[in-house]
Amino acid sequence: MRITGMFTGSLLAAALLLGTAGAAAADETPDPSGTATGSSDGSDSAQAPTEAGTSFRTATAFRPGQRATAGASTGDYLYWVFPVDVGQRATVKAKIALPDSAAARKGPVTWQIDVYDGLRRRQACVYGAQTRTLTADKSSVELRCVLRTVRAWAEPWSADPLPGSYFVRLTVLDAQEQDLGLPVTTEIEAQAPSQGGAQAVDGKLSVPLTPGRTTVSQSGGGASSEGARLAASGVEPEGGWSSGRWTDRWLWTVGGGVLGALAGIAGYTLARPARRPAAPRV
Amino acid sequence: MIISSRSAAVVCGLVATLAVGLFPPAAAAADEPAGPAPRVDLVLDVSGSMRTRDIDGKSRMTAAKQAFNDVLDAVPEGVELGIRTLGADYPGKDTKVGCKDTKQLYPVGPLDRTEAKTAVATLVPTGWTPIGPALLGAAQDLGEDGDASRRIVLITDGEDTCAPLDPCEVAREIAAKGIHLTIDTLGLVPDEKTRQQLTCIAEATGGTFTAVQHTDELSRRVTQLVDRAADPVVNPVATEGAARCADAPQIKPGLYSDREKFSEHRWYRVDVLPGQELRASVSVGADRAVDQDYGVLLRAVTVHGREIVRGSEAGDGRTDVISSGLRYPKPEQDDTDDDDKQAAETVCLQVSNSFSAPASVKTTPGLPVELTVDLVDAPDTASDVASFGLGRGWWLLGVLALTGLVAGLLWGWISRLRLVWSN
Repeated sequence: MRITGMFTGSLLAAALLLGTAGAAAADETPDPSGTATGSSDGSDSAQAPTEAGTSFRTATAFRPGQRATAGASTGDYLYWVFPVDVGQRATVKAKIALPDSAAARKGPVTWQIDVYDGLRRRQACVYGAQTRTLTADKSSVELRCVLRTVRAWAEPWSADPLPGSYFVRLTVLDAQEQDLGLPVTTEIEAQAPSQGGAQAVDGKLSVPLTPGRTTVSQSGGGASSEGARLAASGVEPEGGWSSGRWTDRWLWTVGGGVLGALAGIAGYTLARPARRPAAPRV
Repeated sequence: MIISSRSAAVVCGLVATLAVGLFPPAAAAADEPAGPAPRVDLVLDVSGSMRTRDIDGKSRMTAAKQAFNDVLDAVPEGVELGIRTLGADYPGKDTKVGCKDTKQLYPVGPLDRTEAKTAVATLVPTGWTPIGPALLGAAQDLGEDGDASRRIVLITDGEDTCAPLDPCEVAREIAAKGIHLTIDTLGLVPDEKTRQQLTCIAEATGGTFTAVQHTDELSRRVTQLVDRAADPVVNPVATEGAARCADAPQIKPGLYSDREKFSEHRWYRVDVLPGQELRASVSVGADRAVDQDYGVLLRAVTVHGREIVRGSEAGDGRTDVISSGLRYPKPEQDDTDDDDKQAAETVCLQVSNSFSAPASVKTTPGLPVELTVDLVDAPDTASDVASFGLGRGWWLLGVLALTGLVAGLLWGWISRLRLVWSN
């Protein structure tokens, strides 16, 4: 009986531990085939955006997993915005292609993607070719930027990435004057896989870093915001922002407790006196 | 055994509770009433050079007319559109007269497609290229009252030859009026000088420049620009920062615009209550030729001059804006009885830039500054580095298991001692 009980207990603990990684991943990874919040009217549609914004204010919203496209002129500053939640490490990919009609191009064009957080602070790219030169004989180039893992909380004095909207800016960093203005097609894509509980830190922002939270309601003074909202303020991951309460550390800690208890019982079983038939008391 | 099954029950309960409380429902975005209709003025060059037949074998004028037909068909609802021409009337040689040759072809307002198309069809390439006066005229057509977004789409095939009025300066002056105006330029088979001038005009107002070689490129691009104008945008409120915090304007959460000269700094004041977090971000635009390296600094300073937190950024190369941000969570006061302690703290925000420019570049009006201020509830501060102070990893399991084992062994040993004594 005791052995059966211990066996059940160990099985449970093992199941808990083994299930940890999978469960955590399933819980936190947003579904990439998600719907998009339209940047202009806020209505849901499955279409990825086909236009890009031209400033932080007009950035076009898309969801991780979507492939946003935009036609533009070489030299335009293109802005998109997408949400990244706690524990996710975002990868942004951009593809720039020059159509045949841009064959008039003379020299190399250097493209760059920059990623900014909701406070418009530039975020470092950990890996990836953020800047690349499109030589005159090539017609497309791919850029990539892997961000740091987003933390739940950070000191105000640090520029650590926090949950919220992330702006992507695609620009021509360097080009000859005569190559500016030529048509170009761009594609942008983001993935935000969860990094699991290893990165789970304590603390929590009251609201994610999405700009324009209070701008929208501030129509009394300038009456400027009526009918319009910053695309970046409506950005939200599939299924909303995580509450920040869940981390797979709960499973590890609870599993550790169970294991400790079992080990305690095992130790006691080893060290306790051998059970003898109870002698009738005198 | 009893202990272990009880703990198992606790675990299950805990996991279930967590799973339910994982994601709170998303806040629904409320639909808001539409603001003032966005206004667009298409400015078309009808100068003599538009006769050149080099766009898909047709003349530039034919290409422009065809593009206008497509664009007028595709104008989205709610956009007020107007058309202005330049160089349409005066075929003579007199610079003075030729450089005033710009007129409104179709007034900015609700669009009658047939009427607008008919008006465009009558155009014949004639005169000069007075871009500067045409931009001034277009700005007037769009009006300066109200809070609508305004956009000028300039289509031309040559540079402005009407010195001394530099169209680039004109564009910057118009943009500095704070009427939310953007100028997008399109060059039809542009030469180097035209390209430079049109790039400069676009840059001065945060617009774009496109070089057009084909008719379909032209209509696609103009349609795209008109569509862009139709997107509702939050327009900033103009404000003017002061040179010292003491004189600085008090600003509420919102979106503000200002102008700042090279290496100038400006101050603003924001009230932050205990338990609130101040979030501020600033973008300083490079709307003219600036030197290669530049930077921006945003500081939050107490009224007594102590720096609380700063955000800074530097960069190099071609750019539209450089931006930075900061957040300042003001902790909740423990002693809530005292009313004085609940009073808002005035935080001074200092925006400075380290742009510079060659001596030939005009320094007025200043560079465009966009300031966003948000006030939200302060975050929960971290009491421990790890989430909820929980542990993770095989080391944790090993330590707990070992501790349990040692405790169990001790307990068994103690109970054996007790048995010895009882015997």
